[in-house]
Amino acid sequence: MKEHKTILLAHGSGGSYSRRLVEEVFAKAFSNPLLAPLNDQAVFSLPSKRLAFTTDSYVVNPIFFPGGDIGKLSVCGTINDLAVGGAEPVYLSASFIIEEGMGMDELIRIVLSMSKTAKDAGVSIVTGDTKVVERGKGDKVFINTAGIGVLNGDQELTPANIRPGDAVVVSGTMGDHGIAILTHREGIQMEAPVESDCAALHTLTRAMLAAAPSGIKAMRDPTRGGLATVLNEFAASAGCSISIREDDIPVREAVKGACEILGFDPLYLANEGKLVAVVEAGSVDAVMKAMRSHPLGKDAAVIGVAEAGHKGKVLLETSIGNRRILDMLSGEQLPRIC
Amino acid sequence: MCLGIPGRIIEINGETARVDVAGTVKEANVSLMQSVKTGEYVIIHAGFAIERVDEEKAQETLDLIKEITG
Amino acid sequence: MKYIDEFRRRAEAQGLLRKIREISKKEVSIMEICGTHTHSISKYGIREGLPSNIRLISGPGCPVCVTSAADVNRIIDFSRSRRDVIIATFGDMMKVPGSASSLQEEKANGADIRVVYSPLGALDIARKNTGREVVLFAVGFETTVPTVAATILAAQKDGLKNLSVLSLHKLTPPAMKALMDSGEIKIDGFICPGHVTAVIGAGAYSFLATDYGAPCVVAGFEPVDAIMGIYMLVRQLEEGRKDIEIEYDRVVTWEGNRKAQEVINTVFEPSDSLWRGIGNIPGSGLRIRDEFSGFDATARFSIPPGVDAEPKGCRCGEVLKGLITPEACPLFAKACNPEFPIGPCMVSSEGTCAAFYKYRKVA
Repeated sequence: MKEHKTILLAHGSGGSYSRRLVEEVFAKAFSNPLLAPLNDQAVFSLPSKRLAFTTDSYVVNPIFFPGGDIGKLSVCGTINDLAVGGAEPVYLSASFIIEEGMGMDELIRIVLSMSKTAKDAGVSIVTGDTKVVERGKGDKVFINTAGIGVLNGDQELTPANIRPGDAVVVSGTMGDHGIAILTHREGIQMEAPVESDCAALHTLTRAMLAAAPSGIKAMRDPTRGGLATVLNEFAASAGCSISIREDDIPVREAVKGACEILGFDPLYLANEGKLVAVVEAGSVDAVMKAMRSHPLGKDAAVIGVAEAGHKGKVLLETSIGNRRILDMLSGEQLPRIC
Repeated sequence: MCLGIPGRIIEINGETARVDVAGTVKEANVSLMQSVKTGEYVIIHAGFAIERVDEEKAQETLDLIKEITG
Repeated sequence: MKYIDEFRRRAEAQGLLRKIREISKKEVSIMEICGTHTHSISKYGIREGLPSNIRLISGPGCPVCVTSAADVNRIIDFSRSRRDVIIATFGDMMKVPGSASSLQEEKANGADIRVVYSPLGALDIARKNTGREVVLFAVGFETTVPTVAATILAAQKDGLKNLSVLSLHKLTPPAMKALMDSGEIKIDGFICPGHVTAVIGAGAYSFLATDYGAPCVVAGFEPVDAIMGIYMLVRQLEEGRKDIEIEYDRVVTWEGNRKAQEVINTVFEPSDSLWRGIGNIPGSGLRIRDEFSGFDATARFSIPPGVDAEPKGCRCGEVLKGLITPEACPLFAKACNPEFPIGPCMVSSEGTCAAFYKYRKVA
């Protein structure tokens, strides 16, 4: 292809420019039999009648960051939303809204990253769309992915099933992605040796469910809003409170340092390769063993327990021993001087 | 008004120092300090080093607290 | 994290709380005058570990909370009338409600408002946008003042012509004096802010002991520092001493940071200032000296005084003076909460009400 150096409005207008872009960039990278005909839809059968379906849009800035990029994020994020529901991810769609003037090389880098991430995860991107908006009306690129997964059993993972006595576990360190992004934003010059934890979690959830097929009550990946927000959502759906210990929550030293400088709380920062799960007391050992044996769960930790009383609240035992309420995130966390 | 964090100076380049807080390195302006040395701890506030941390006094405070609490 | 973790240890914190409960007999009211102390005390549940005869009051220590409604409106009106100007602000100012809007809302409506972590961030923006004017909304007490002064000096050295500062700075000792003079509340002693004092020196508070008989302890912000500071103050009150003591002596000295003080005095001079809930306090604010008028936003632009209108039902003023706790305000946690704040005490991350709301004690 006589490559254009940048994306033009013509690339989104449905004509020959669009066709060439789809064939030579997207289809070439995502390459699979369902996508190949380049029809308006992908047609397929699935082995189970119980399916999971999810969608998410990705608008992260900067689009390239330590540990990943917006493309990798868009594939992992949607896989993870399926995985925490106990589903095996199978097919993804990918829609792109590209700002006129975005560098072709940057777009290709992102698309190749998506292709690699999908291949490594064993999923295919089978259908998609491309639009181009005028310069200034976008932010380089926005990506939407939707995903279909297959549920093999009867289990229903939902926070309404949480009961007093259930344990709360996390798969690893909190706040890595949030800090990796923030420290690369303009105006906050900091060298934090922290990479985004962006990763596909479905093989981890598979191992956890195999270890305790009916012992896992709910799982979620704590993205925007962080661990605190997810726990509040769990507590609100369940009929009880959730009590956690600050000292038990794994946080990297460098993330702690960056948070201290900016005045942030790691419990409210985004994670893109971690999950929090509520597990029946009797299954905790088996689940923890499965997690710790998996590369994405080696820092897994039990951080708390569901309790009766204080319905809907999340209680935090601080590092000096007193308990307080841990709220949901309200608004944006902004760097403060005070 | 007072979010200030102790960090260790690892490098000085004229008016700017690189300060290490638990492995995260932040640049801080040192023009408010009479003098700074590599290896010293300083308090950083809003991108500036505003005062040294006296390590001996820090230990004395901890020792005093241990004594008081028995 | 060195010099942070050691001052967060459970044994020391609980041990000191125990000692306080042991020695404390008198009914006393002590005031802390720094939002970061309010935040820390709430975050670690320190208030609940104190015996009931000690009343811990949160004073006007949050620069955003004490900024008058008129100044908040002024900022918002300026951002509306001059969409061509880049406005740089610290994060906290973004959500403070004026009579009709906030900086956050103005940004959503198209104003070029950028959050900076340091005043040097504003300098950077000015350097990268030489064709546009940049105005820094400078709030903060004496910890932040020298950083803004140093930034103005750096801009002058660089010959930068497009950066100016709207000084809304406030000074700590004049506010403490005004509180003691107002006689409205009984304050037996003060917990003084560690980093403000690192700059101004503990000697700045000696008038409180000599003229008002109020002992002071300068404390750090980690929980062990704060509790140790309270312990030292309670001990003074029990023993009838009236001294200025320094708990945070690893950073704070009697003289303070002389160089930082010189930098402040080079660029700023004291002025009157309007404090929300307290009124005008002479010499409690700072204005940019005439020699630096090129960097003074009030000299470069016509920034009319804003409309001074307290939000209806808001009792932030009384909270700031330590006359009531947040729970006593009928709006607290009902009509007024972090998502829909009515007054600045709720919207600022270190406002007394926000700290109380976020870290509500669990029975």
